[in-house]
Amino acid sequence: MIEGAGIPTVSITLLREVTEQVGPPRALSIDRPLGFPLGRPHDAAGQRRIIMSALEMLSVPVTAPLIRAFDDDPLVDPPGL
Amino acid sequence: MAMYRYRRVDWKSDAVLDIPLSQARIAVVTTAAFHTPDQPAFDESLRGGDVSFRLIPVGTRLEDLRIAHRSDAFDHRGIEADKNLALPLDRLEELARDRRIGCVAPRHVSFMGSIPAPARLIAATAPEVAGLLCSDGVDGVLLTPV
Repeated sequence: MIEGAGIPTVSITLLREVTEQVGPPRALSIDRPLGFPLGRPHDAAGQRRIIMSALEMLSVPVTAPLIRAFDDDPLVDPPGL
Repeated sequence: MAMYRYRRVDWKSDAVLDIPLSQARIAVVTTAAFHTPDQPAFDESLRGGDVSFRLIPVGTRLEDLRIAHRSDAFDHRGIEADKNLALPLDRLEELARDRRIGCVAPRHVSFMGSIPAPARLIAATAPEVAGLLCSDGVDGVLLTPV
């Protein structure tokens, strides 16, 4: 519905196999337990990395569901953050 | 965990972020069942799930939010310890300050997950939320499940 209104969306998924069945436009697959969608509590830098990895997918045009795995490489974080 | 029959989402969309992310207004839609103290809690007893939503204004203190989720399918301790895990308002403010995103949307949306009968959600609630996000000038949405 949100996409139908012209706003791109990206989901976080903790259950990749379920997301593959549901097929949303864009999803970032995170290897975390249920209940921890953006990483670890109070890990601000880690949460920001996950959020930015997800938001960067908004710029990708999609005609079929796109799932990416979050690359938990702390080196991708720009200096100063 | 209760096993639901999952519905495949039927979408055709050319929605894409066609401005730099550093200029984009970002909103979050979460299923963590957050609500402000002055909002009614979600109704855990509704058959088929509660398809209502709560609007969480930017600037809300996350520690003031209540959690009304009925599911025992996930560990609640994460979002109880740090609500940014599902509604990352502090993180978005930091990203906006650092010009990684344009700005934080004025309102964000909280549902309670555990909606095994989503017909009313699809027919009524979801279009209303889409309209609100449009009226707020939102450029992109991050969906956070729990």
